[in-house]
This record gives sequence, C-alpha cells and structure tokens, in this order.
Amino acid sequence: MEIKILRGEEAQSYNVELEGVTLLTVLNHIKTKIDSTLTYSHGCRSGVCGSCAVRVNGREQLMCEYKPNEGDTIEPIRNARVIRDLVVDSSSIARFNSLARAWTEGSREGKVSEDEMSSIQTQSDCILCSSCMSACPVYAVNPDFIGPFALTRVWRYVSDAREISSDAKIAAVQTNGIWDCTLCGECVPVCPQNIAPAQDIRMLRTKSGMMGYQDPNMASMFGGGLDFGSPVF
Amino acid sequence: MAKVLIIGGGGAGLVSALSAHEAGAEVIVVSKTLPTRSQTSMAQGGMNAVLGGNDSIESHIADTLRSSAGLGDEKQITVMCENAPDAVRWCNSMGLPFSRDESGEIARRRLGGASAPRACYAQDYTGLKLLHTLYDQCLKAKITFHNERFLLNLIVDEESNRVLGATFLDIATGEVEEIRADSVILATGGYGGIYGKHSTNSVQATGDGLAAAIRAGAKLADLEFIQFHPTALKNSSILISESARGAGGYLLNANKERFTDELAPRDVVARAIHEEMTKSGAVYLDIRHLGEEFITHELPQERKLAQIYEGIDPVHELIPIKPSAHYSMGGIEVDAQCMSSVSGLFAVGECANHKTHGANRLGGNSLLELVVFGRHCGKNAAEFGAQNPVPALENTQLAKDTNFVRGVMYFTNQIDFYQKQEMLANIFYNNVGLVREDMGLKAVLGAIRQMQKELPFMGPKDKSKICNTNLVEFIEFGNKIELAEIIVVCAISRSESRGAHYRGDIPARNDVMFGAHTITWREGGVLCADFME
Repeated sequence: MEIKILRGEEAQSYNVELEGVTLLTVLNHIKTKIDSTLTYSHGCRSGVCGSCAVRVNGREQLMCEYKPNEGDTIEPIRNARVIRDLVVDSSSIARFNSLARAWTEGSREGKVSEDEMSSIQTQSDCILCSSCMSACPVYAVNPDFIGPFALTRVWRYVSDAREISSDAKIAAVQTNGIWDCTLCGECVPVCPQNIAPAQDIRMLRTKSGMMGYQDPNMASMFGGGLDFGSPVF
Repeated sequence: MAKVLIIGGGGAGLVSALSAHEAGAEVIVVSKTLPTRSQTSMAQGGMNAVLGGNDSIESHIADTLRSSAGLGDEKQITVMCENAPDAVRWCNSMGLPFSRDESGEIARRRLGGASAPRACYAQDYTGLKLLHTLYDQCLKAKITFHNERFLLNLIVDEESNRVLGATFLDIATGEVEEIRADSVILATGGYGGIYGKHSTNSVQATGDGLAAAIRAGAKLADLEFIQFHPTALKNSSILISESARGAGGYLLNANKERFTDELAPRDVVARAIHEEMTKSGAVYLDIRHLGEEFITHELPQERKLAQIYEGIDPVHELIPIKPSAHYSMGGIEVDAQCMSSVSGLFAVGECANHKTHGANRLGGNSLLELVVFGRHCGKNAAEFGAQNPVPALENTQLAKDTNFVRGVMYFTNQIDFYQKQEMLANIFYNNVGLVREDMGLKAVLGAIRQMQKELPFMGPKDKSKICNTNLVEFIEFGNKIELAEIIVVCAISRSESRGAHYRGDIPARNDVMFGAHTITWREGGVLCADFME
C-alpha cells in the first residue's frame, strides 16, 4: 500500500505492506523501520488522548481510529502552525479555552437527575484533538475566533445543572465567539466523539438572547447599512 | 512566595498544581505533552469512595489492605480511604460530571476485590473527564504551563542532598533549559511502557521521572510489582475496563466455559487467564448478555475499540483478550509528606510509591490516590518551599545535559534501538510478566546489561534540532533500560510470590524473609538493593 505524507512543502510517498491496521500503526511502522525522521504526535492509541488528529484526503481523522487505503494523502490539521511534518502547535487549546472562560465558577452539591447529567455527557466527551478547529472555515477570516471546541466546552458548563453562575462565560463568548460562527456545521462530522459544536453554539446564542445579548451583525444591519426611504436633505 | 516546579501534567500533577497554587505558591507545570494528553485520560473504571449506603470506610480500608498482600501501609491506606468522600466532593465541586443513579446521587459500581459498589464514575470516561476538569480549573487559576518539554535530569546539590530544579529538552526547539525552584514535584506517571505492545499504557509511560529520580540519588521502592490488567484486547493490549466484569461480564476459555471468579482481585484473575491461555489457547470476555442498550450507554469506548482493533462487535461476539501490563505499583520511595529521600524533591501519583497499593492495586484506587495525595503533596511542597527557599548554587547539570543532547547525535547508529526496544518488551512480557522464574529473570538481566553496553552504538538517526521525536524516543529508551535493570534485580531478589509478583519456581509467600519493601538506590553509580520495613 502506498500512502503520501505531507512534510513541509512536499509530500513524501511510503510503501508499506500492512493490511487492516490503523494509520497510526502504519506510521509507527514507518518511523521504526523505514524513516526515523517522520514526525507526528501520538499517545494512548485508543482515541482518548486527542494527540493524533491529522487530515486524510482533506478530512480530519484520528490516526488511531482510521484504517488507511491505497493512495491516501496525510496532512497536518489546519488552522495551527506546523512545527514539523504532522506536529502542530497546540497552544490555541489553552488560549481559546481561557478566553472563553470554559470552566465552572462553582458547582452545587446535592442530587442531580440522570437526565440532567446525561445532557452534558456528549459535550464532556471532548478530547481536545482540534479536529473541529481544523475543519472550521471561520479561521480564514478571523484567526481570533474562539472556535468550536472552546464553545462546546462553555455550553457544557453553562448547561450543567450544578453550575452556580454562567454570566462570565456568556459574556466572554460574545466577541470573537458565538456570533462569528456561520453555523455551517463543518465541525460536526469530523468530531471523533460525535459532538456537534454547531448545535452547542446555537444553544449558546439562544441562551445569550435570553440574557439580553444581541447578535451584533443583526444590530449593525438594522442600525446603519440599509437605509430605505429616509429623506436626504 | 515559594516557587514549586511540577513535572508531569497528568491527574497527579494538575491536582498538586491546584493545591500548591491554593497554598500560595507560584506554580510551574512542565509536561512532556499537552496535559490533557496524559495517561490519566485512559483511566476508565472510577474513583473509590464510601458515600454511605451499606458500605463503610472500614471495609474500603480492609479491602485495600487485603489486596496489598502485606505491602500496604495501614496508615497511608487509612488516610486515602478516609479522605475519599471529600476527594469525590472536591471533584464534584470542580464540575466533574459523575454519572448519577436513579435517586440522583453519584452512581457507584463494583470493581474487582471490592466488598461493595464504591467506584464513582463518569461512564467509562472517568479519567478523561477528571483530567479535563482539572485542566479547566488550572486555566482558571492561570497556572503557568510549559508543554512539550522532556525531563532530562533533576538538579541536585550533592553536598546538601537538596534539589535545586530540573533540566529539560524543549522538544519543539531542541534547546536544553533549566528551571530552578524551591521545591520540585515529580508526577511523571508509571513505567508500563517498558512492556511496549504488551501494555495498556500510553506510549508516553516510559518512567522518565523514576529514572531521573534514581540518578539524582533518590530511592525507589517495590519496582518488581507491576499490575497486569486481566482484560486487554488480544492484538493491541488496549484496555477493556474492569467495569465490563463489574457489570456481569464473563470470562470464557477456548471451550466457551467459565473458569474463574471474574471479580477476584486483578492479580488472581490475570493469573487464572494466563493459566487458561496456556492450557486451552484462548480466553474471551463475554458481555453479550448485558444487552446492546447497556453496552452502548455504559461501555461505549469498549465497543468502539473492539470494533476497530479486533474487528468484532461485543454486542454480538466474544472479545478475545489477554492480560497486559497496566499499572506500576512500584515507584519513588516517599514519606507520609510525599517527600523523597532527596530534600525538597516530592513525588506523587503513579511515579511515587505511597504504600497504598502494596503488591496489588485495587481498581478505582489510582484516581483516588492521585486526588488525595495530589492535594496533600501540592500543599506540602508549597510549605516546604516557603520555609526552605532554594539556595542560588552553581551546578553543572545544565552544561552536562546540553553536552549530552549535542553528543548523542554522534552516537554511531550501528544498532537499531527500536529493534532492541521491541525485544525488551517481548522478553519482559514473557519473563518478567505474570509468572517469573529465576532462570528467565537472569537471562533478561543479561540481555539488559548487554543493551546498556550497546547504547553508544545506537542513537537517533534523525539529526534535526527541531521537534526530534526520534531523539526523545531514544532518551526514553535509555530510561526504560535503566529501570528495566532495577525491576529485574528486584524480581530476582524477591524469592517468593506475593500479589502481582508471582514466582513460578517459588509459589509461596514468605513473610519472614520478604515481608518488607524492596528499596533500590545508586551509590557511586552502583545499583544497591535491600529489603526494608
């Protein structure tokens, strides 16, 4: 089987005789037997550590969960600085989660129903692999966009029945946050944990509306721009 | 304000960081990877705590003590079990999304060796959700992180036996740097990675902290005790959580018959499986009777992983399994304050030996241990640092390590270290695994000493300065070899069977001779071992 791996500007082809194994197993084989300079991140090999997200033929995949096919092209994930080969700078994880204040301000003790708890189950399955960020088209126009994984994390805490205060979190995601998302949904199918960030962002918009926040795009649309029929003297 | 350097960003490191921060210290966490990518993310089963019902703290202590086979310290175990309910409350207060039972309380399940259901869990993602919740809290507390830094050595003033800081390789830039601090906490995880593809652990679990600790003059304890998890996927050693058996899963032999009590402690079940595999050739985990709804809801990871790695769906098919190296009971010898034998050097979590697991750990006690002792350790390190500010002493460690990283590039590369690493994993699994014998152990020791001599003929093939993971893996291999020798020396010295250390040639337990801890250290480069209370 031949696969191509993008290394810097150029793609390099590797031929491996392995069938039915994961892409990570193939790369481990290449690194230990063929080319030790090939560089990538990995850890748990079981889909929970979030280290090994790459793009295969233009779509985000975890290498430990994807089985490669003849002719596949592997590239690093997008919207992050490439350090070497498939390794990218992961500092935006801390940066965006901090900007979004994606944590609890305090969590109540006491009983919580199974249903209430399972409503945040999927969001808290996130492994921070950055696949959603890689797939998001907003970064092309706004590199400061807080982005899908951080906004999902905010919704996870905001909708937690135990949370004592969501005000700071909701305030934190108004700028470069929920209103910058186009709701295109590109982040949804690429999530290895079946999380739907676009859905969570929609929920945060509704919640923001209920708390008196407005979509700034709407406000500017009606406040200025289109001005039909106003007399010009 | 004391400056506390924490090495390792997994559960133990992050809990210590929050605790040291709360105690008023300036905290720096240095991690080999992004903290959320640590081994803790892989813990599935739960965190033991007695929260009422028909259970008692005394039973939790008794179960833990019994499983430890004489090597658990009753005082330390009591501290852990008594603080368990508060540890769970603390995690809940940070927003850890524990699963709930019908009455709305934190749900608990029974794991092997426990007399009652007391493992609090978050589906089969307990470790993942704990780790992420901790990381979120660390960001909230604005704790400083230096990620993708590989620990090279601790900086120790030999005259005063005082830790001064540590040296690191910045993986991305290839630069060697030092960080000085008033106290240092090692939270670097276990050494299961020595077993390679026969381990459930992350590839990162290479025992870097333990190797650095013994080089720095610290003592290690009970390294021969390595827990084998009974149920890992046969081809990949990927973990199938004990909760699968806790919920009623069966173990079947090649004739599809049950052969053991599925909920006995891990060492007992793992050996029963090993024996059955030798006899009938294969062992399977059967969870089909639990039903699709239960499996999808409670064991979603297991189902997905069995499909990817074994190509079978556990809802309809048997899961082929084998026991795999899972947890390092042995670790850096620490006192009740979590301080090692080097002044100012603390250790916590899997890299430490808190004497809570003894010869065999109970499922659900490792997450508990890292929370209870992490909180304790962070506070102690902060207080120690405040009372004993580090002296500004000159030290040659940074220069030595800078030279090493430069020099290792000129190693001759006539021998492929990846090949040797794979061989080490195989001979370890077969001879330093579930059943050990004097002959096999001595043969492995010979092979390890040969590899140590051959190291200068190995080395990284990749000569890049930027993000050289081949170099990192070579230094990790060096750490593995260093610890492998110690593990085997301990296993040879312990001429008895106890907990996870089972000698096929000496199956009896011998409390008179070996009812003590195997302590190892280096004197002038020579490895010393002794049994001590």
